[in-house]
Amino acid sequence: MDLIQIRGGNLVGHESDSQRTQYPYVTGTSVIGIKYKDGILIAADMGGSYGSTIRYKSVERIKPIGKHSLLGASGEISDFQEILRNLDELILYDNMWDDGNTLGPKEVHNYLTRMMYNRRNKFNPLWNSLVLGGVKNGQKYLGTVSMIGVHYEDNHVATGFGNHLAKPILRDEWHEDLSFEDGVRLLEKCMRVLLYRDRSAVNKLQIAKLTEEGVTVSPPYALKTHWEFNSFKNPTAGAEGSW
Amino acid sequence: MEKFDLDAPHSTGTTIIGVTYNGGVVLGADSRTSNGVYVANRASDKITKLTDNVYLCRSGSAADTQIVSDYVRYFLHQHTIQLGQPATVKVAASLVRLLAYNNKDMLQAGLIVGGWDKYNGGKIYGVPLGGTIIEQPFAIGGSGSSYLYGFFDQAWKEGMTKDEAEQLVVKAVSLAIARDGASGGVVRTVIINEEGVTRNFYPGDRLPLWHEELEPQNSLLDTWGAAATGPEPMSM
Repeated sequence: MDLIQIRGGNLVGHESDSQRTQYPYVTGTSVIGIKYKDGILIAADMGGSYGSTIRYKSVERIKPIGKHSLLGASGEISDFQEILRNLDELILYDNMWDDGNTLGPKEVHNYLTRMMYNRRNKFNPLWNSLVLGGVKNGQKYLGTVSMIGVHYEDNHVATGFGNHLAKPILRDEWHEDLSFEDGVRLLEKCMRVLLYRDRSAVNKLQIAKLTEEGVTVSPPYALKTHWEFNSFKNPTAGAEGSW
Repeated sequence: MEKFDLDAPHSTGTTIIGVTYNGGVVLGADSRTSNGVYVANRASDKITKLTDNVYLCRSGSAADTQIVSDYVRYFLHQHTIQLGQPATVKVAASLVRLLAYNNKDMLQAGLIVGGWDKYNGGKIYGVPLGGTIIEQPFAIGGSGSSYLYGFFDQAWKEGMTKDEAEQLVVKAVSLAIARDGASGGVVRTVIINEEGVTRNFYPGDRLPLWHEELEPQNSLLDTWGAAATGPEPMSM
């Protein structure tokens, strides 16, 4: 009975198979995406961690793909850059056909899924979790693909820590036809929690908006944080030596 | 069985730095090549020429980085002939990334590409382990760089002059050498701008002294013993 072994965080095949594995070096943390009234909103911070060191603080982890889609990625940045190169080629060929048809988000999501799953089958994954959002012909689309090829669509998606910290907030507070302002505020609420509780988060983020009209990625900005609580100022009052 | 601690950054002996300034770039490095605890070469040159206007700072496996730089120099040479003019820094960095990314399982190379071209001026590109490529106003790498993140957060300023930038680089490598066992020797800098390339050499005695470091002297006898007032007898 052969089972896939996961040893020390790497994916390692059965001993008799040829070994092919990988190890992430420069990584991005959570990405969150939501559908709103006019289209899609995706948020991600600009951090590139190197183990426990926050090495790069201006990494753009959300990129437009063609006219209709946005791709956000967490995980190994070099693999994300390679995925962008592949998608560049895909969009180029799509444009060259010049047949009035353009690849929409559903097609791009499917392409990404195949790419990730096929690499996973060779035990040489692209070490990313992807969020793909788009609008085409009035239809909003939001999907996700993991490094082992798990893929699905939903009204709100998140990667990494976002799964644990942001999703519960989104499940509670997301609703159909969110306004742009409400959508941004909801994402900021999630990003603030991640900033408090995710060790790899940095306080420099971008939110990208995609509608039928096109794509806009916001300039980098930082969130205000709240520390003025009495129990923060005097955490050990009445319990000296505790934390 | 090896246990990979995913939280331990895979750092590599050496300190390398690349800094842009108003008109070009300054690259800097230490000169220690270590083989375990032995210093195999105390005066290595880790800043390698790729083209007349683009240089590479190498950290990690000496063998891996040497072969990568040899391949990139070879490709860039042909590219220059075909293009009919000097290659851009971006193209050089792209080639370095290509090799680093496609051989990520086998290479241990943390690289900084820096240079000057007429279209974009001075540019620095970091290519860390894994083959990510990232354009930065300044880049630091190697094991010694751990001690420099805080220093650069405080000391780096946009729009420095050439001399300010070089002083910053020399100070930084010197600080890293003071604390990192895998870095040492001399500080080498390479300045690249529109006028050309300048190589500088800063031996230990021309570097500033840091905390708990003493001014070197020829012998103890210069300051203590017979040449002075004579050794004091111990009192009981």
